[in-house]
Amino acid sequence: MIVDLKRFVTNERPYWTELESLLNRIENDDRRVPSIGELRRFHYLYDRTAAGLAKVSSLAAEPETRRYLESLIARAYGEIHETRDRQHRFSPVTWFFQSLPQAFRRHVRAFWLSVAITILGSVFGGFAVAYDPEAKAAVMPEMFASHLGDPSERVAREERERDTPSAGNMSSFSAQLMVNNISVSIRAMAFGMTWGIGTILLLFYNGVILGVVAVDYVTAGQTTFLLGWLLPHGSIELPAIVMGGQAGLMLASALIGWGQRNTMRARFRDIAPDLTTLIAGIALMLVWAGLVEAFFSQYHEPTLPYAVKIAFGLTELVLLCLFLGRCGKSPVQPSSPTS
Amino acid sequence: MSKTNTLLIRTPEGIVFSQELAGPLSRFLAWLIDFVIVLTATSVVAMAFLLLDVVTAGLGQAFAVLVQFALMLGYGIYFEWFRRGQTIGKRILRLRVVDLQGLRMKPSQVVIRNLLRFVDMLPVFYLVGGIACVVNRRSQRLGDLAANTVVVRIPKITEPDLDQLASGKFNSLRNSPHLEARLRQRTSAQEAALVLQALVRRDALDPQARVELFAEIARHFQEKVPFPSEATDGITDEQYVRNVADSLYRPNRTNRPAATEATASAT
Repeated sequence: MIVDLKRFVTNERPYWTELESLLNRIENDDRRVPSIGELRRFHYLYDRTAAGLAKVSSLAAEPETRRYLESLIARAYGEIHETRDRQHRFSPVTWFFQSLPQAFRRHVRAFWLSVAITILGSVFGGFAVAYDPEAKAAVMPEMFASHLGDPSERVAREERERDTPSAGNMSSFSAQLMVNNISVSIRAMAFGMTWGIGTILLLFYNGVILGVVAVDYVTAGQTTFLLGWLLPHGSIELPAIVMGGQAGLMLASALIGWGQRNTMRARFRDIAPDLTTLIAGIALMLVWAGLVEAFFSQYHEPTLPYAVKIAFGLTELVLLCLFLGRCGKSPVQPSSPTS
Repeated sequence: MSKTNTLLIRTPEGIVFSQELAGPLSRFLAWLIDFVIVLTATSVVAMAFLLLDVVTAGLGQAFAVLVQFALMLGYGIYFEWFRRGQTIGKRILRLRVVDLQGLRMKPSQVVIRNLLRFVDMLPVFYLVGGIACVVNRRSQRLGDLAANTVVVRIPKITEPDLDQLASGKFNSLRNSPHLEARLRQRTSAQEAALVLQALVRRDALDPQARVELFAEIARHFQEKVPFPSEATDGITDEQYVRNVADSLYRPNRTNRPAATEATASAT
C-alpha cells in the first residue's frame, strides 16, 4: 500500500486519454492507414498503459482503475496483434482456381463418405419404391408433389406444354431454387455440430428422394427424360449438396476429434478457412445450378432435344470433376492436414 | 471445468487482463433487436420489389427472394466483419464478439459463427444455442464453439474518481507516523480497495446504511491498529475511514525526503 495512487493516476491519465482517443479514431475509421510515427506512438501508449495495468493489478487496490485500464488494453491488444490474415490482398481468381479445389481435395475423404451416405440413401429409396409403390407418397416432401403421379403422364404433359414461361417467372423460380438449395447445403454443414448425426440424416434423406425419383422414372421407361431433366442442373446441384455434407462431416470430425491429438480449439481453428472456402464455393455452384434449372432444365422435347440436355449435363460434370480434381495443383503438392 | 463469467487473456508482454463474458439473456435481447431490424428491412425490400413486380412480372419477386435471403444471412456477417464484432443489437447492449484470445475475428470465424445459426436456432428461438450457452463454461453457442469466438461485455468506461480522497482536510492519523506505517503494513490490498470503494460510493448509500457501514469499517481498522485517543476523538466514523484511505493511498503527503517518495511511487 505504498503507491501514491492519486499521483499515479494524475501522472498517467493523459497517456490513457490519448490512447483512448487514438483507439476511437482507429475503430471509427477502418480504412485509415496510420503513419509510422502514429504507430510508434500507439505502441508506446499501449506499453505504458500495460505497465500501468500491471502496477495496479499487483496492488489490487482500485478495481475501477483496473477495469478502466483492462478495457483500454483489451481494445489496444486486439488492434496491435490483429494482423494475421491481412497480409495478402484477396484475389477472387486465385481463390476460385486454387483455394477452392485445394480445400476440397484436402478433405476429400469426408467428401467420399458424404457420397457413400447419399448413395446408401438412394439405394434405400430405390428399393423402397420398387417393392412398395406407396412408399413414394410417404417419403416425398411437399415441394416434390408434382412427382407423386405417374412419371409417364408427367412426361407426356411436359412435352405437350409448349407455352414458354415468362422470363420473370423463370427468374423467380430460379431464385427460390437457389435459396432453397443454399439453405440445405448450409444446414448440411451446420448439422455437423450434432456430432455429424444431423448431416448424415440430411444426406441420407436427400439420397432417399433421389433414389425414389430415379427408380420411379426408370421403371416407367422414362430414363431419357429423367437424365435430360436432372443432369443439366443436377450435375452441379447434387455435388454441391454433397459438398455441404462434406463440410458438415469436417465439423463433426473436429468436434469429435477421433484419433487426433490436438485440442478441439486447434482442430476447429485448422478447418475454419477451408470450411469457409467450401461453403462459398458451394453457394456459387448452387447459383449456377439454380439458373440452369430454371432457364434450361425445364425445357423438354420437342423444344430442346434430350441428347443436348444430357450432353450439356455430362459436360458440366466432367468439367466439375476436372476442376475439383486437377485445378490449383502445383508440381509438388505441399503437405497438408488430413480431413 | 466450472463455468466462468470472465475471459482471462495473457498478452505476449506478460500482462493479464480480463473481459466479462456476456450471458444468454443479454445475447438473446441483442438478437431480438437484430431480428426486428432484419424483419423490418426484409419487409421493406419485399414491398419495394413487389412494386417492381407489377412492371416486370416475376423479376421483382426473384430479386425480393434473393435480397431477403442475403439480408438474413449477410446482416450478422457484414456487421461482425466490418464493425468489429458488433451488430446493431450488440452495440446497443454493449456486447462484442471476439476471438477466444481477445483478438478481432478473422473473416472465416465471422462466417462460420453466423452460418451455424442454422443449427443454433433450432427448434425455435435459438433453443439449441441457448442451452449450449448455459452449459458451456464460456457461454458459447455451437457457432461460437466452432468458430473459437466468445461474446464479451464492453464495460462503461469511467475514469476513476479519486477526488473523493482529495479532501484536503486535516488527517489526525498523520500525527502518529509510526502507527500510520503499521496501518499500511497490516492492511491488505482487498481491505484498501474496500475503503476506497466505500468512500467513492458513499453518496449512493441509504443514510442509515451509510452510518452502519462506516462504523463497521472504522471499527475494523481501529482493532487492526489502535491509534491514541487524541487522533480519534471528536471525528465521525466516516472521517476516520477517510483518514485511513488518505494514509493508505497518499503516503507521501507529509514532508518526506524526495528519495523515499520516488521509491514509493515506483513500487
